[in-house]
Amino acid sequence: MIKNILGQNVRDEVADNITGGRMHPEKCKLTVEDLDAWYGSKQVIQQVSMGIGAQHITALIGPSGCGKSTFIRCLNRMHEVAEGGRVTGRVFMDGYDIYAPQVDPVAVRRRIGMVFQKASVFPTMSIFGNVASGISLTRFWSRRRDLKDVVERSLRKAALWEEVKDKLDQPGASLSGGQQQRLCIARAIAIEPEVILMDEPCSALDPISTLRIEELMLELKKDYTVVIVTHNMQQAARVSDWTGFMLLGQLVEYAPTKEVFTVPKDKRTEDYITGRFG
Amino acid sequence: MKGRSGYFRRKQFSRLMLVLCGIATACVILVLILILGYTLVNGVSYLSLDFITQPSKPVGEVGGGMRDDIYGTFILVGLASLIALPVGMMTGIFLAAFAGPKAASAIRFAADILAGVPSIIVGVFAYAILVRPMHSYSALSAGVALAIIMIPVVARTAEESLRLVPNSQREAALALGINRWRITLGVIVPGAVTGIVTGIMLAVARIAGETAPLIFTALGSAFGVQGLTQPIGALPLQIYRYALSPYTDWQQQAWAAAFLLVILVLGINVIVRLVSSRRSK
Repeated sequence: MIKNILGQNVRDEVADNITGGRMHPEKCKLTVEDLDAWYGSKQVIQQVSMGIGAQHITALIGPSGCGKSTFIRCLNRMHEVAEGGRVTGRVFMDGYDIYAPQVDPVAVRRRIGMVFQKASVFPTMSIFGNVASGISLTRFWSRRRDLKDVVERSLRKAALWEEVKDKLDQPGASLSGGQQQRLCIARAIAIEPEVILMDEPCSALDPISTLRIEELMLELKKDYTVVIVTHNMQQAARVSDWTGFMLLGQLVEYAPTKEVFTVPKDKRTEDYITGRFG
Repeated sequence: MKGRSGYFRRKQFSRLMLVLCGIATACVILVLILILGYTLVNGVSYLSLDFITQPSKPVGEVGGGMRDDIYGTFILVGLASLIALPVGMMTGIFLAAFAGPKAASAIRFAADILAGVPSIIVGVFAYAILVRPMHSYSALSAGVALAIIMIPVVARTAEESLRLVPNSQREAALALGINRWRITLGVIVPGAVTGIVTGIMLAVARIAGETAPLIFTALGSAFGVQGLTQPIGALPLQIYRYALSPYTDWQQQAWAAAFLLVILVLGINVIVRLVSSRRSK
């Protein structure tokens, strides 16, 4: 586990180091310091530092290719899985560096879950099996009886229980697109992470499903820290507490959502938000 | 005007090529129909329950069947599968999920070469490493020879089907904090099972008809199946032997055995098609 690896809590120290004083909310769950990321020799993230508020929804906006997806993949050590993916810098969770050499990336991912743009339901598993997969595939043996409660709780939290409770044994792929995405959220919740990263979770969904997921995010915020990457500025404005604007691999502006959308400090943020970007 | 005639000519050319493609396709199907028809016409008259349930009889005696050779073929295919399935499957999993790009391409190249080695050479190899040291032709050595032919086929088809599982599945599983080997066994392999089974069945169909390596290893047996360290009969071997014999009765039997073998291989292929089409629904 990550806890107690460094033996001391360094969060406060790091938080003080972060520039500008406004780069983090009051209480940070994650603190990113001088993060650089590469694909092969191409640098896609440059010197990003930010604090991510505990039990906040933090939105990252920016044009395609600005590195926002890569950035959140750095937060649960998924970037290094990609071919040529390399990361330097530090990411602290509750003050402990998840990039410290002794830390097992698999353990990090159990505490920082992720939901992808395209609902990636496991097609060979039932609805039940999908939700339980994070648990059943890390244990040697698990009985359905033991998983039942977790599955029900996760599906309820993901606002999917009522729709699927009578067909838990049907294949996960038989659900609609919006339901599949909520199934993925339930699956991510089932392993009880502390942070949930969402990489454009609604970009393939219709407005009604999008609305449901947004309501769900507001619900999840009570228990989890949520980071969402989105193309949709209205969505960021609707759900998030803090918003970061990224451009060409850099974090241009990061402030409470209201400020970003009403009084952006940076000209580039203003241009992007008002649609004069280009 | 020139544009129009050019269009006309292209259209004619397209039609010509379409006809040629059709003829080529017809040739392929025709060959298959001829083989099936020829073995059917010549073999079916001798085929009876006795042919499947009776042991072979010496020259001159009427009747006799190929029970032992059919049994032998199943034993050899079973032996070969017992060796080749684990080895081939694990090689395929290693290639698809764990090997680095350089190692993977080297292994893939080696497997492709192994798949291309003429089967008679595989037979000689098995003869040299098993038959000579053991001083006896044996079912075991034949099983090994067939397994060598089977392994690269199984490994490559397993790899191909594993690679077809979308990367998003792998990432989703990784993001759940699952180990690499559990992801492979719990998510990737189940997603590729149809393709893997298809590959295995095709490999079985291929070795069921192999004759050359058996000449050096199984030899054939006039005394039925006597154990794994003893010579053993097999359908293709018996076809080879009986077809070349001067006795019309044996030649008849060879036809019947040929028909049986074709039906066996065809049956496996049909099962493969049924399984994979049902799974993909």
